[in-house]
Amino acid sequence: MDVFDKLKILTDAAKYDVACTSSGVNKKATPGSIGNASAAGICHSFSADGRCISLLKVLMTNICSYDCKYCVNRRSHDTPRASFTPRELAELTINFYRRNYIEGLFLSSGVLKSPDYTCEQLIEALRILREEYRFSGYIHAKAIPGADSLLLTRLGMLADRMSVNIELPSQNSLQLLAPDKTKHSILAPMSYIQNRIQENSRDIVKYRHAPKFVPAGQSTQMIIGATPETDFQILNLTEGLYKKYKLKRVFFSAYMPVAEDSLLPTLDTKPPLLREHRLYQADWLLRFYGFSANELLDQQQQSFNPYLDPKCNWALHHVEFFPIDVNSAPYHDLLRVPGIGVTSAMRIVTARRMSALRFDDLKKLGVVLKRAQYFITCSGKTREGNKVSQNAMLRSLLPEKMVESGDSHFSLRPEQLSLFDQPSLSLQGRIC
Amino acid sequence: MHSDRDSDSDLIYYYDGSFDGLLCCVFESYDKKEIPLDILLANTSYSQLFSGKTIRTDLQKASRVSASIPKKLGPSALHFIRHAFLTCLDQKELNILLFLRLGYSHGPSVMNMLTNDSVNKLFKAVKHLERESHLLTGFLRFSIFNNVLVGTIAPKNFVLPLLVQHFCERFPEERFLIHDKTHGMGLIYQPYNSAVIPVDTLEMPDVDEDEHTFRELWQLFYDTIAIQGRYNPKCRMSHMPMRYWKYMTEFDRTQKELLPSLPGVNRKMLSSNTAAPGKPVLSS
Repeated sequence: MDVFDKLKILTDAAKYDVACTSSGVNKKATPGSIGNASAAGICHSFSADGRCISLLKVLMTNICSYDCKYCVNRRSHDTPRASFTPRELAELTINFYRRNYIEGLFLSSGVLKSPDYTCEQLIEALRILREEYRFSGYIHAKAIPGADSLLLTRLGMLADRMSVNIELPSQNSLQLLAPDKTKHSILAPMSYIQNRIQENSRDIVKYRHAPKFVPAGQSTQMIIGATPETDFQILNLTEGLYKKYKLKRVFFSAYMPVAEDSLLPTLDTKPPLLREHRLYQADWLLRFYGFSANELLDQQQQSFNPYLDPKCNWALHHVEFFPIDVNSAPYHDLLRVPGIGVTSAMRIVTARRMSALRFDDLKKLGVVLKRAQYFITCSGKTREGNKVSQNAMLRSLLPEKMVESGDSHFSLRPEQLSLFDQPSLSLQGRIC
Repeated sequence: MHSDRDSDSDLIYYYDGSFDGLLCCVFESYDKKEIPLDILLANTSYSQLFSGKTIRTDLQKASRVSASIPKKLGPSALHFIRHAFLTCLDQKELNILLFLRLGYSHGPSVMNMLTNDSVNKLFKAVKHLERESHLLTGFLRFSIFNNVLVGTIAPKNFVLPLLVQHFCERFPEERFLIHDKTHGMGLIYQPYNSAVIPVDTLEMPDVDEDEHTFRELWQLFYDTIAIQGRYNPKCRMSHMPMRYWKYMTEFDRTQKELLPSLPGVNRKMLSSNTAAPGKPVLSS
């Protein structure tokens, strides 16, 4: 089998892993080495599905002794199998890197023979890259659940970011679909990595040149739509992971039906892309906008509104919070206005030091007035010609396509969304 | 300074296109207490309607202006207008002049006057420049000829000065050349020196077998990594506008139609032809 076949098989097997960022660490190559990294991350291309390609995302091997039902690489799946040797993989990476195709390597693996053996293979590939090729670019490595903690430590010393995938957002679902994995086998390496990162940050304070352990932090991924967890449960779990395990990112992956099983959605199920999108929007609100999971969803409303983004939805349910005045409101309040994002909020705070802002000025600063106008005043004034009818407000918040197509039969009755069907036309919740 | 008292004139300044030349226009504007209608390159056809004057570039005057900027407008302002000068903004020269005049009368706070027209235009233009340069740190593709990395870009803004640091820190031991087709310039690097020099045309030598293999491997990876069920060409286009595709390996599928190269032949031809245009010869 030549390297073309291997690359095809092992890329195909890795593509459902969504985490492909190269962010979280700044460094430059020292003389004699190759590779730098920038904290914001760099996308090198975008694939036909619109996702960023930053890292060479492959598996070491897609041979796996586990039989997780949702996974393309499960033992019982009849699919071509291949393995890279550590040297092949290192050579491929360095040659792609020199041509500026990629920002680094994202290395995961099926469990071949045992977790320890698999982990050793990953370590050897990274060792060749780091020591022989003196590669100092970005490496994201998967922690193999069940591998010895010494091996995890060595892997973490070679990688910039590590991740352990939760995959299924509850213990029940794990038991049902991934009989070889338990909540403990996933959370144990996660908390081990977190402890080592903390220890390491103390070492670095003491000894400036202490070797760095996973300097870009750890991340995880959850599959959305394979199991019946609600958005509320998933978002709460996400918030918990950020708080408890200090994760840098939680990724969501809309379930692509890759296997026929009575426990799974049928093969013709469309991936819940809109739901995934809403979860990412909410994830952003948690990380950058100062929202908490309980503000966005609650026991009564456990799913996101398909027609309104979570921030608009929150704003419509908290009309008592508005309007706020852009010339006096604190930064964190500005962030809660639909149509004002992190960048425009910062620009407002900068620009209002010089002179009071008017609506025309806000437009220049990048505020989406169409949405924001209903929630703000400029030095006490509302926007001229502002139609305050509820209908106009709703129309401005809904996606343009829907308004144009005349989908206007909203019902104000709360409704539980089905996880797999296309959502029915209803505007959820208690509006005003 | 007395920017408020200086009157708008219907003069057009013509300058030599250099940053120092622009600073001399600023000098002239204060010296003659006049605000020009526009600042144009000296070789543009002279307008019949308005009178013009050619501003000679005087390095002494230029350095007086550039020394005054950090003092009066704060350290970030000089950096800012140097970047603004690299952008493709229409009338960037005039806007830089207006920005500086505003700054001389208001001090460092000019950097916060985001709602002023000139300041706003320059900020947006610089943002555009920085974004384009950031995208190109990813979208630029190198081909390896004779162990030299060669890449071509066609940016709207003059991004090469912004790319220097990134690529020098990434490939300290390599030799590379980045050719900017739009501006006819090139960034060349060999350990541990870099320079931005005029490069009009660049003819690439034939690719060797290794280069060929890795291009095909990359195309294979690119095609395989996409998930069919999530096909979303609009999303791809908004993140990676098509004007970048032209020089990216993953979209260059012409080589597949070519006959397979004979092993060894290309390499031999390359090494005998040391003065091949694709191999940059550096002199410092």
